[in-house]
This record gives sequence, C-alpha cells and structure tokens, in this order.
Amino acid sequence: MNNFLKVLIIPIILVSTFSTYSVQIEFHSFENPQRERLYLDLIAELRCVKCQNQNLAESNAELARDMREKTYQMVIAGKSREDVVNYMTARYGDFVLYKPPFKAKTLLLWIGPPLLLLLSIFFILKMIRNQNDQQTETITDDDLESVRNLLKSSSDREK
Amino acid sequence: MNKKYFIPLFAFIALVGLMLFGLKNDPKVIPSPFIGQEAPEFTLPKLYKQDEMITATEMKGQVWVLNLWASWCVSCRAEHKVLSRLIEKMKVPTIGLNYKDYGTEEYTDEAISWLARYGNPYTAVAVDTNGSAGLDWGVVGVPETFVIDKKGIVRYKFTGPVFDQAVDEILVPLIDKLRKEG
Repeated sequence: MNNFLKVLIIPIILVSTFSTYSVQIEFHSFENPQRERLYLDLIAELRCVKCQNQNLAESNAELARDMREKTYQMVIAGKSREDVVNYMTARYGDFVLYKPPFKAKTLLLWIGPPLLLLLSIFFILKMIRNQNDQQTETITDDDLESVRNLLKSSSDREK
Repeated sequence: MNKKYFIPLFAFIALVGLMLFGLKNDPKVIPSPFIGQEAPEFTLPKLYKQDEMITATEMKGQVWVLNLWASWCVSCRAEHKVLSRLIEKMKVPTIGLNYKDYGTEEYTDEAISWLARYGNPYTAVAVDTNGSAGLDWGVVGVPETFVIDKKGIVRYKFTGPVFDQAVDEILVPLIDKLRKEG
C-alpha cells in the first residue's frame, strides 16, 4: 500500500506543477451553444502571431487577447467560421492558421510527411527482402568432420 | 569506390544546408499579406485635435509612411531618432499610429509628454486607443513601419525598429522609386 502511494505521488506532483502554468483567459458567455462551440474551435485553431507555437486559447499575450475579443465579437454577430478565418488571414496571412490551406505554396507541407513515410516503408521492405535473399551456406557432413578434426588437432597440441 | 558510401555524406551536406537556411530565417518576421494590397482604411482622432479625424484615404495621391508606435514601447524610443532622420531627409508625410497608448487607463496622456521629450516628426498622430486599427493593419508588435504608394497600395512593411542601414539601403531608395511612379 505504501509503495502504491509513493508511485502515485510523482504523477500528482508533476500534473499539479504543470497546471500552475496554465493560462487564465477571459470568460465569454454564449446564449447559443453552437456559437460557443465555434468560438472555442476557432481560438484553438488560430495561432497567436506574437507568441508563436501557442494558439489563441493558450496565450495570455495582449495581442492574443485582442484577437480573441475580435473572434468573439464576430461569432456573436453571427459570422461564420469562414468569415473569421478570412478576416484573420487577410491581416496575418496563412501564418495565423494552424491548419494552412492546401495550395501550391503549402504542397510540401501537406504531402511531405506522408511521402517520407511511404518512402521509408518502401526502403525498409526492400532491406528486409534483401536480407531474405542472402544465401545461407549449408553445412555438409564433410565440413563438420573437418572442423572436428581441426579442433581435435589443436587440443592435442595444447597437451 | 562504391557510390553507396557517398550517400551519408550527401545527406549530411543537405541537412547542414537546410539548417543554415533555417538560421537565416527570422521566425518573427511574418510576411505581410498587405504588400500589393490596398491600405486598410482607418478613421481615427488626431492626438492634438481630438475632434478632428484622420483617414487613410485622405493620404492618397502621395507616397506616405505609416508608423505604429507607443510611449510604452522601448524599441520605439530606439528607432525614434532614425525615423525622424528619414522623415526629415525625404520630407515624406508620415502618420504616427499611436497604438493602445493615449487614452488607455494605464498610459493616459503619456504619448504627449513622450513626443514633447523626444520630438514629434509626424505629420499627424492618429490615436488608436483600443487597438482596432492596429489589428486591421495586422500588427504583431510595435514598432512597425509601412510605406504606401500614390495609389494607396501598401508596398513595404518593416517589422521592428528601423535602423540606419535599413533607412539608407531600403526605405530611401524605395520612396524615391515610388515617387517616380505615375
């Protein structure tokens, strides 16, 4: 029982320390749950341009707050998801999206990883197949006899 | 010698090349989608004449500069001398967009004493207390400097404090070039 508690305590400490870093952002109330869902989706998908590698929902930068406010205003005004995304990309470019659109400029971004995966699978399969093709020498009785003789003669010499 | 042995070498060189490229890229400089687009409109009160408005439209017909600044912004102070020199030298009309500064609870009228202390090179100062015009111009962090041509098209954006070399090598030739355009 004691050991079990000790094991449990480490993750508890870890989790509680991390949670102190979580960002407190302002709370918006919505009358329409669909709108709320849209707002939460948008701030999760839009990227904070000031503090890169954080989305709007995670960032407490002032700019992120302004962008959240703008998103909120647009969402409660009945604007669609597309409207908000267009508004943001018109000002900050595709950069502001964690999910950039599929176009010539982002082609490598989208097809690069699956292409790499396919290539690696191809090469690994090829390697495995080559390994199977390698000839394994069959040992005949004559070979065994000669090795035995060799061992015998060397052990004779040691005596 | 077997060609196979060179593959790791080439892979290594390619990797180093990619990393060198990455070193030279500043992730904070986001390419502005406004370049080549019409300048976003704003209608903002003037700092010294609060009942008068200034708009982007009334600047049309001339090459002009928009500089986003704030009294709380440390690097704005660093660029102030350089920017003043550019404005003085080129006699280029420059709107100072005072971003989330004048009129806010925190900074009240610090912008005015800031300009009194360091000098006011601007043709006019537009007050953007809540930062909505700044957002329309895609602000990431002050200072930011835009160059707009005679037709009202944004032609260049400088992110961060302008420095002497950037003025002499980029901004001065650009303004000269844009003035010669029809």
